[in-house]
Amino acid sequence: MGHRLAGHSRGGRGVTGPTPSQTVGPYFTMELTGEGQNVLTNPETGGERIRVEGVVLDADRNHIEDALIELWQANAAGRYNHPADDRDDVPLDPEFTGFGRCASDFTRGTYSFLTIKPGPVPHPSGGMQAPHISLIIQARGMLDPTYTRIYFADEGEANAKDPVLATVPEARRSTLIAERVDDDGSVPTYRFDIRYQGDDETVFFDV
Amino acid sequence: MTITYRPRAHEDHPPFLYADYKGTRKRSPAMPLVPLVQSLSEVTGPGPAWTELSEEDADLTTNAGTGGEAIGQRSVITGHVYDENGEPMPNVLIEIWQANACGRYMHWREVDFPAPLDPNFLGAGQCRTDGQGEYRFVTIKPGPYPWGNHHNAWRPAHIHFSLMGPALTTRLVTQMYFPDDPLFDLDPIFQSVPEQARDRLVATYDHEVTIPNWALGYRWDIVLRGTVVGGAE
Repeated sequence: MGHRLAGHSRGGRGVTGPTPSQTVGPYFTMELTGEGQNVLTNPETGGERIRVEGVVLDADRNHIEDALIELWQANAAGRYNHPADDRDDVPLDPEFTGFGRCASDFTRGTYSFLTIKPGPVPHPSGGMQAPHISLIIQARGMLDPTYTRIYFADEGEANAKDPVLATVPEARRSTLIAERVDDDGSVPTYRFDIRYQGDDETVFFDV
Repeated sequence: MTITYRPRAHEDHPPFLYADYKGTRKRSPAMPLVPLVQSLSEVTGPGPAWTELSEEDADLTTNAGTGGEAIGQRSVITGHVYDENGEPMPNVLIEIWQANACGRYMHWREVDFPAPLDPNFLGAGQCRTDGQGEYRFVTIKPGPYPWGNHHNAWRPAHIHFSLMGPALTTRLVTQMYFPDDPLFDLDPIFQSVPEQARDRLVATYDHEVTIPNWALGYRWDIVLRGTVVGGAE
């Protein structure tokens, strides 16, 4: 077709600058979330069922009533449902996409996902990463996405060897570790709050 | 692992904190981002699987399913999705949402702006790019609307776009604007974009895209993060 890049000018080496980010605004639920999108499991999904929940908080520790939380993770064996993860020796789970979406609760700022505990995945430095879940958080009042990771408090040994946690200042590591909280049902539940600003601000990554 | 994405071009995106947009003051990270060496966790992402699960729903003038016609200026919005290397990106899901012709969103939170709702316009849709990376929506041009950021604040007309792209690193939520909007200079969300990158958010009117006796046409291309080319693979 040979269309020129409308709205974009090409740089000196034929390289085009990225389209800038803008806020998701207060009305994204018109399109971006829907019933059941925070449930990643079905009866056929392999792995240990877990629930991940928390609250999204602003600088004054008021809840953020209109956050979009997106979750991405490996399956129970540690494989991503994605063509870039082509490790044939680690099984795919056809009943698990690894993706979930949740809008924070308007009155409480809470979010939750029903998923499975992910397996460990390798790191380019050679070792394995501790089991973790990637989150992308956006909201009205956020012009760019923020990326963080959920690690699990009951994976102490793996966490101690995790090459990413090792790059996080020690005093801030706890913001990335979800604590197991009392189960009121059959599903183990981990709590992971997301805080902006303040001494206990959640670690956000430059991915 | 054979793929690495370029670093995020922070200089082309808004800062987290842009004080004129008041919402950012309490909702921006204060501490520096922690650098992360990309692993499979970042070079994979939900885009491919999510695209497979999503239905085409690209005509917002009819997708309310009422059989009635949405009111407003029918507009074709089309363009290509490229990566930063200029390569077209096929089979990328694009999800959009917007106000109606009067500037009113069909959302339960929109209660302050007494503009009419249009029962024949939901203002949400989605489509995939084709094999050449091209997408196409038919919709109604949204109206500007007031918001509470400062006295008599109005947003320029815009459509919200969401793209996963192929990897976690390529996630993009943005807004497409229409050419020559007099509200650009007054809008802190638009102004938050570094000046050299601002025009990338503005569609161009393209007479070739119009449908005679039916709809006007706009062209807007989208560029997602690209992979490192020629690196150690």
